[in-house]
Amino acid sequence: MDMALEVAVAAIKIFIVVNVVQLVVAYMIYVERKVIAHAQLRLGPMRVGWHGLLQPIADGLKLFLKEDIVPDKADRIVFVLAPVMVLVPALVVYAVLPFSATFYITQINIGLFFVLAISSLGVFGVVMAGWASNSKYSLLGALRSAAQMLSYEIFLGFSVIGPLMLAGSLNLQEIVHAQRDVWFVFYQPVAFIVFFVAALAETNRAPFDLPEAETELVAGFHTEYSGMKFAFFFLAEYASMMVISTIGIVLFFGGWEGPDFIPLPGFVWYCLKLGAFMFVFIWLRATLPRYRYDQLMRVGWKFMFPLVMLNIFLTGFLKYLFL
Amino acid sequence: MEIYFFYMFAGGMIITSLLMVTRANVIHAALLLVLTFFFLAGVFVLAGAEFLAAVQILLYAGGIMVLYLFSIMLMNVEVAVRMRQWHRQGVVVFVAVVLLGLQIWAVLGEVEFAAPKQWEWSLGATPGNVEAIGAVLYTKFLFPFEVASVLLLAAMIGAIVLAKRRIER
Repeated sequence: MDMALEVAVAAIKIFIVVNVVQLVVAYMIYVERKVIAHAQLRLGPMRVGWHGLLQPIADGLKLFLKEDIVPDKADRIVFVLAPVMVLVPALVVYAVLPFSATFYITQINIGLFFVLAISSLGVFGVVMAGWASNSKYSLLGALRSAAQMLSYEIFLGFSVIGPLMLAGSLNLQEIVHAQRDVWFVFYQPVAFIVFFVAALAETNRAPFDLPEAETELVAGFHTEYSGMKFAFFFLAEYASMMVISTIGIVLFFGGWEGPDFIPLPGFVWYCLKLGAFMFVFIWLRATLPRYRYDQLMRVGWKFMFPLVMLNIFLTGFLKYLFL
Repeated sequence: MEIYFFYMFAGGMIITSLLMVTRANVIHAALLLVLTFFFLAGVFVLAGAEFLAAVQILLYAGGIMVLYLFSIMLMNVEVAVRMRQWHRQGVVVFVAVVLLGLQIWAVLGEVEFAAPKQWEWSLGATPGNVEAIGAVLYTKFLFPFEVASVLLLAAMIGAIVLAKRRIER
């Protein structure tokens, strides 16, 4: 019966994580609207509840009750499956993320590799959505997105190798333990910059939001989506932003551990760091204009790729000399 | 316990691959192939090769298949669907299948299979073989490994030359 108990505990944890993630995502959208509004000297949502605090719930209800339209010429099965294909990988990754020293769903030895592998599947949903919609804007958005996500996945993968070499493990818990004394961001600043830029591109955030550039492509790959299916894309985008932020925190900022002189529980440290990461994401969206497609590719392949390779080489060299 | 999982993954693989080769729409076929890769990754996990499973998903499902889809999407799928799907070569297929089956039977009859390993690990802990793979790859199999990377490099240069219409001298 040991096995049954283990499965039950895991199921409860999964239930908690999935629901909390969705609630946090709803409020993340609220925070984003508020922060951007204040950056642009507006107030943002103010009507529903105190300072618009109930706005996410109203929005969710609206999306839930909205008519669900499937275009006539769309490929029905693929069209319906696409939002699922985006959301499921984004949520599955939470299975290995460490939220604190004791709270995680599971820990596996290939943790980081698992995260990279599963989150690389999100691009399928985007491509499927773009193709199945049978619309020019959607297809163009999907093509852009596929090229962008595939290219930046490479830099993302290479940028995590530096910290990996220092930690000597793919297990996310052990990577955090390896940073007890010094956070890896001080050893690996170049890797962190490349990681962060690649993370922005992977999650389709400004200034790399070409796949959903509303001013050129209407809304890119999800132009034809409405109701809950549209909400799925939004959920997935914010859920993967949180995943990539968590990976950044684990690899470069010591995970759930903070400096010893401020005694806070691990989970609070994690939330603080996550909040800071998310704020930077939103801040950049309010500040930077969108990159052009050729600029995006040039920055990636001609600047970031050599940089990250050099970083791996130097890390290996210095590690061999000094450690 | 793991035997049920094995049958689930193996059965899923067979069903999805059969569906894949019978679809008229290329995009559906490609998506079903992705599903097949997933089931294969599941089999790898059961065999204790979780690194290989992750590589399977990262490279085949996440990388190569996206590129396939990328290029198929630019084709006119409607025209391809209306084309004749069968070539009426039943006899040739039958002979080929019988020969291949005999070959597999002969080979499998020769090999001694090791006894199935016990599934010792639980939800909390998995065996680690990343280090083992790395060590073997960079010592015993260093030469084939390097040859493979040179091959890939050559293929990459070839692709760039083909894609570039005019080469400045």
